[in-house]
Amino acid sequence: MNKIGLIIAREYVARVKKKSFIIMTILGPILFAGMMALVFWSATREGDQKLIQVIDESGLFENKIENTETITYQFILADVEQTKQDLIESDAIFGLLHIPKINLDNPEGIKFYSLQSPGIAIEGGIEKRIRGIIEDEKLVNSGLDQTLIDNLRAHVDIQTINLSDSGDESESNSGVAFGVGYVSSFLLYMFIFIYGMQIMRGVTQEKTSRIIEVMIASVRPFQLMMGKIIGIAAVGLTQFVLWAVMTTALTSVTSSLILDQPSTTEQLAMQAGGELDAEQIEEQNKAFDLMSITDKIDIPTILGSFLIYFLGGYLLYGALLAAIGSAVDSEADSQQFMLPITLPLIFSMMMISIVIQEPHGSMAFWLSIIPFTSPVIMMMRLPFDVPAWELALSIALLVAGFCGTTWMAGRIYRIGIFMHGTKVNYKTLAKWFVMKI
Amino acid sequence: MDIIKIDGISKSYGDHLALNNIGFSIPQNSVFGLLGPNGAGKTTLIRIITQIIMPNSGQVLFRGSPMTAEDVRKIGYLPEERGLYKKMKVSEQLIFLARLKGMSRPDAVKSIKHWMEKLDIMTWHNKNVEDLSKGMQQKIQFIATVVHNPALIILDEPFSGFDPVNANLIKDEILELKEKGATIIFSTHRMESVEELCDQITLIHHSKILLHGAKKEIKNQYRNNTFIAEYIGQIPISDNGFEVLETVALEDEIVRSEIRISDDYSVNDLVNFITSKTRILSLNEKIPSINDIFISTVKPANHE
Repeated sequence: MNKIGLIIAREYVARVKKKSFIIMTILGPILFAGMMALVFWSATREGDQKLIQVIDESGLFENKIENTETITYQFILADVEQTKQDLIESDAIFGLLHIPKINLDNPEGIKFYSLQSPGIAIEGGIEKRIRGIIEDEKLVNSGLDQTLIDNLRAHVDIQTINLSDSGDESESNSGVAFGVGYVSSFLLYMFIFIYGMQIMRGVTQEKTSRIIEVMIASVRPFQLMMGKIIGIAAVGLTQFVLWAVMTTALTSVTSSLILDQPSTTEQLAMQAGGELDAEQIEEQNKAFDLMSITDKIDIPTILGSFLIYFLGGYLLYGALLAAIGSAVDSEADSQQFMLPITLPLIFSMMMISIVIQEPHGSMAFWLSIIPFTSPVIMMMRLPFDVPAWELALSIALLVAGFCGTTWMAGRIYRIGIFMHGTKVNYKTLAKWFVMKI
Repeated sequence: MDIIKIDGISKSYGDHLALNNIGFSIPQNSVFGLLGPNGAGKTTLIRIITQIIMPNSGQVLFRGSPMTAEDVRKIGYLPEERGLYKKMKVSEQLIFLARLKGMSRPDAVKSIKHWMEKLDIMTWHNKNVEDLSKGMQQKIQFIATVVHNPALIILDEPFSGFDPVNANLIKDEILELKEKGATIIFSTHRMESVEELCDQITLIHHSKILLHGAKKEIKNQYRNNTFIAEYIGQIPISDNGFEVLETVALEDEIVRSEIRISDDYSVNDLVNFITSKTRILSLNEKIPSINDIFISTVKPANHE
């Protein structure tokens, strides 16, 4: 076996044998599922029944605003100030919608009062409904022939059906896509972070324990660094595969349970898949079948890409973290260098919410092409059908990116591992980078 | 025959010149002492020999031809700052390090067994390194250095952290390895072990060679006809070509003097000179220790 092989094997065996690895591997899926369940549970909690009182002074909306599953609109005739007072005193009423006499061409002055902030979903819902009614009203007022309106409406309706048909599907699909994308990009972020940190810690430990001085007579620094990086990657992959297997097993067990006990569907489904959003589960409550959902998502592409982006992102960041590990004398010293390196990773997690709104927008495109953000962002975009050329370009750049960072890291590492007690700053790192050995 | 020839090696780190056109040879099957104060460039030179770093100019010849990666495998290097993987079992660790040197697993196991029995640490083979005492860890590191039966063994401060018993044990092993044909480069501050073990020495200071040659010859160079006499009585401070450099009163009226003889006189004359005036107890030539030579060479160089 060659030297890198020996180093990889040592890293791998030493880490896989650790108790913490075994415990994490077993507990990981359970903890993760529990966390996701908690998130979805709190997300669906918003579905509490809400009563919204409406004072409609214009008379245009009376009983036209339809109730939804969670919101009941109650039209009342009352004084606004008095009702506001009632609202403060009553727990049963969520909010008050006050529609004054309005000009259809310039509908202003509609107000919504509530004790708690209504949230985007409720506010948007009310706006949409009012807009629809005003539009309807305007059509009628425009003096168009009723038949024409009917014709027009029929036309519009056809489109709406079309829209709602595909829209509905894409809505439910995007729910799943969102879930899959979010979970996979979050997992990726976690894996890169956890295993990248392990590289850094490992390198610093080798340096401070001076084993490096013993090793370096038999292996080149670059071999040592690559051996460690690859060895830890193998540990990460092992953990991922074990998690995937365990999750699948858990899923098949729970989905059979779900079929027997529909009442517990929601929670179990979340634990099982961790990838399904609440809406989807509600829809599929009666006959929960994971297959019908997973059918819509290209699982092999997602899994394959996950592995590629995990490896690519891990190598990209891991190499830089190895360089830091080699430069410092203790973990505490590494803080000042950690932030600029992990920043793009944290940034990409933060950008997820923007990417979701427009998965094919230019922001999403560029973030998923640039190597430092591409792993997390591309995993988020992937379930939304990313063109093959974008995926290929992104992967090619990621490969180029980690080749670059590995090369850079190697140059710092070969000097850093011998330097003890030197005050390290960016200038020192740059000096090491160009230094000849 | 020379196993290593250092040929005009210079090395600088930025503005700092670590080695300035160093050149010397290390004869095969010798114990070679590489001496010098801290920061003299010893470790840099060793790292150049082991090809951990590259010189700016010059080259290292191994048995007459430029050193190759294959030759580096024939080196066993025990660095001054040394450590082990704390969480790894002793035997696993040694096997790992031996295989990095290119040994096959069975060969490694065989050699490790042999050495662990020899150094009496066989019972510890299944323990984690962190459970071992420092001296024990040093033994493990020594085994890791010699496990692949290297032709050239480089030991940087090998005795640090050893108690006298274990230090002797390692000393004996070093001499035995030399018997078996290995060459040993020995870098240390402990002059008494240089005195004891080394055949050849080189003294590096401020990135230059100050002294180089066989230990015996160097010591001869530093002999200056000085003798140490112990006697009861008194002798004049200076008389007839005998110069008393230093006199110390010991117990029971015994006096010890350091006396230099000028070139025209012999030891016999000195004996006559002292016995005529005192009751002589002993007379020995003062042969400079490597320690004296080291200090007397490095000190003036510091003031340059």
